[in-house]
Amino acid sequence: MVDLSSNFLGIKSPNPFWLASAPPTDRKVNVERAFRAGWGGVVWKTLGEAGPPVVNVSGARYTAIHGPDRRLIAMNNIELITDRDLEINLREIKEVKRGWPDRALVVSLMVPCEEHAWRAILARVEETECDGVELNFGCPHGMSERGMGSAVGQVPEYIEMVARWCKAHTRMPVIVKLTPNIADIKHPARAALQGGADAVSLINTINSIMGVDLEAMAPVHAIDGKATHGGMCGPAVKPIALAMVAEIARDPLTAKLPISAIGGVTTWRDAAEFIALGAYNVQVCTAAMTYGFKIVEEMISGLKTYMAAKGYETIEDFRGRAIGAVTDWQHLNLNYVVKAEINQDLCIKCGRCHIACEDTSHQAIFAKIDGERKFVVNDSECVGCNLCTLVCPVEACITLVHKTEGVDPRTGRPYAQPPLAWTAHPNNPGVNAAAE
Amino acid sequence: MGIVSEPRGIADVKPGRLDRATLSDNFGDLHPPLDAHEAKVESDRCYFCYDAPCQQACPTSIDIPLFIREIAAGNPLGAAETILSANIMGGMCARVCPTETLCEEACVREAAEGKPVRIGLLQRHAVDAQMATGKMPFSRAAPSGKRVAIVGAGPAGLACAHALALAGHEATIFEKLEKSGGLNEYGIAAYKAPDDFAAREVAFILSTGGIAVKHGVALGRDVSLGQLRRDYDAVFLGVGLGSTNKLGLPGEKELANVIDAVEYIAELRQAQDFARLPVGRRVVVIGGGMTAVDVAVQSKRLGAESVTIVYRRGVEHMKASAFERELAQTNGVVIRPWAQPIAIEGHGDTASGVLFERTREEGGKLVGAGGAFRIEADVVFTAIGQKADGATIESGGVRCDSAGRIVVDAERRTSAPGLWAGGDCVSGGLDLTVSAVEDGKQAARSIDAALKAKS
Repeated sequence: MVDLSSNFLGIKSPNPFWLASAPPTDRKVNVERAFRAGWGGVVWKTLGEAGPPVVNVSGARYTAIHGPDRRLIAMNNIELITDRDLEINLREIKEVKRGWPDRALVVSLMVPCEEHAWRAILARVEETECDGVELNFGCPHGMSERGMGSAVGQVPEYIEMVARWCKAHTRMPVIVKLTPNIADIKHPARAALQGGADAVSLINTINSIMGVDLEAMAPVHAIDGKATHGGMCGPAVKPIALAMVAEIARDPLTAKLPISAIGGVTTWRDAAEFIALGAYNVQVCTAAMTYGFKIVEEMISGLKTYMAAKGYETIEDFRGRAIGAVTDWQHLNLNYVVKAEINQDLCIKCGRCHIACEDTSHQAIFAKIDGERKFVVNDSECVGCNLCTLVCPVEACITLVHKTEGVDPRTGRPYAQPPLAWTAHPNNPGVNAAAE
Repeated sequence: MGIVSEPRGIADVKPGRLDRATLSDNFGDLHPPLDAHEAKVESDRCYFCYDAPCQQACPTSIDIPLFIREIAAGNPLGAAETILSANIMGGMCARVCPTETLCEEACVREAAEGKPVRIGLLQRHAVDAQMATGKMPFSRAAPSGKRVAIVGAGPAGLACAHALALAGHEATIFEKLEKSGGLNEYGIAAYKAPDDFAAREVAFILSTGGIAVKHGVALGRDVSLGQLRRDYDAVFLGVGLGSTNKLGLPGEKELANVIDAVEYIAELRQAQDFARLPVGRRVVVIGGGMTAVDVAVQSKRLGAESVTIVYRRGVEHMKASAFERELAQTNGVVIRPWAQPIAIEGHGDTASGVLFERTREEGGKLVGAGGAFRIEADVVFTAIGQKADGATIESGGVRCDSAGRIVVDAERRTSAPGLWAGGDCVSGGLDLTVSAVEDGKQAARSIDAALKAKS
């Protein structure tokens, strides 16, 4: 029997699918619709300090890039934190939490970098009886110009400082939401840990201009002729998020720091991948904004089916199982030889493998055999780079085959060799120096 | 022309079997154009193959992957230029090419999933965009001072004239009919090129400049080959096929409702009002090619109650493609293979039916197999192929094959110096618009090279 329930920092939810702090979680009506649809939890849209409300643009807040079939590949936004009155938000949060005690309800916060401001808002939020707070150190547009959001997230010292204030002024779990707009994600994660944060969530959106309108000669979508960068999200950012989650998960300093993963989660499989890299749960936004809340049904059924097939009973059974396989380049086995192999029964003879290899790689795929249009790998040149399998339009037509018997015609060396990484490779000057 | 006149005898032949709205629907676009989004989605299906099989299968070698990629990238005009630089009749070919046996058959997605990229429709999308601009994308080279005579304003002649004009030469086309376009204007089924497309394409091609068309001038009647060869620097023959094959049965000529399908289609194509075209209630078509299907389907769409195509061999032997046969069948046309006509029955000047016998193949030869049957008919169409009218040509000292078609080399040179030929009138061709265009294009290259060598 598969149990999808999740326990993240003691915050329980019936499944690991949460909605990220974003437009879908800005108000009670949306959040209750999400809970009715089956979402395990939400992070309420970011609250700011009391006072005059935030003002948003009234032009296009969202921009996207599409595939030719109009499938949304990535979205960007310039919306600010909630522009609703703080009191209304607090009241609604309290009502929702009371009505849905089995669901996770975390509140995202962003106030100026002053201790009293954080202390004040935390006190108010605690009254709602919500499950925790998420510090928004990620938004890269608008609020960052006012010294908040990613302006904090880009300075590890600020992260640590604010996390410490928050831990000092609330008993609630504190999650620090990280911006990917930095050079090395390990540093802000370590700072969050240093400041006492209970967890990190990542990634927030990535600085982006989604396109330039060549008629108007302005980025899309301009507001009265001018545009600013926004924050990009959606399926296209998932690989970036996976890499950052993996970095934190395998960094000895932060390996124990719980992670809530965010970034392009669209199906159960995306979620499972983040969990395999150590995430306790995932937060979703773009997929919901594209298709509506119902997608969680697919996520739940997909994850259940996968776990049942694998014999995993709980999330913990496979959480983090892929972390050990993430390493540095220098530890990869350089004696491991693969060659591409083209399945002639599946090949439709489009020739893309040939021209990609011929023009841009190793000239290792013949286009003609005995005068016939036929695509065959030349093992004497193939380095197993995988480009051909990527450009082949037929799934599983070209595969990389691990060679263990015989001699590699490219190098003249037997395929079977003991593992050898760069750290011990004779061509590595460091290795030679050590030997001398 | 008046191929079918007023009802007579006992045959049930009359106009207006369907109301005008239905007729207008029936003769609208067979394949409606792709809209911009459909074109984007469809173009994304193209794999941009290396040394693309579709391009190899195209008689005019259009760079199909490139033009599709141009469409995908939002550049339909660039796509049109790619198409038209290889085939100036890319618009008509997109509508009438049997793509299912050419580019789309070769498409690797046909091999992969039985669903080729819809190359024809994409080609139309691009060329339509170009024609909507009203502009010819190519401009002419500096005047060469050379003059070329072209006989026949069909696809071969027009393609040749266009390419010559671009190279700086002056082309004069002699056309015996009152309109240019050849079979595009007089032969193609109406629902394949509605909205007067053939004429619009001719106007587009003539906008190249440097092309004059003299209508009502027939070779052998108004002008001789010898005269043209004397008066011009080069001559291209694109005269098509002059006549049609006959059944050779008594009554074929005399009976008023036994009709040559080619002539009927020409009349239909020129009709201003389909509601005035006389249509038989029960129609029998003898033949198995594109013309047979065209006349059968159009008869059905004009309101004929029953239409039967009778073909002497098997369905798989029909020259009409699988797509055309399916079109006939989905239009309610019955195809009866393995039967040949042995007599046309009639009363007075009117045929009332056709007597057929079954056939079979014996050692590769077709033989009668008895078992006669009769099909009642108000109109009998013969559609058993066209043939060359080679007498005029041969008398000019030009070598023809046994069927009277002109023999040409790879450059489309005839046996006579200074004389080129292309299209249906030459030996060994595909008898398609697209191959005629290729002939005209290749001939123009050869003529251009020859004229430059001379000067």
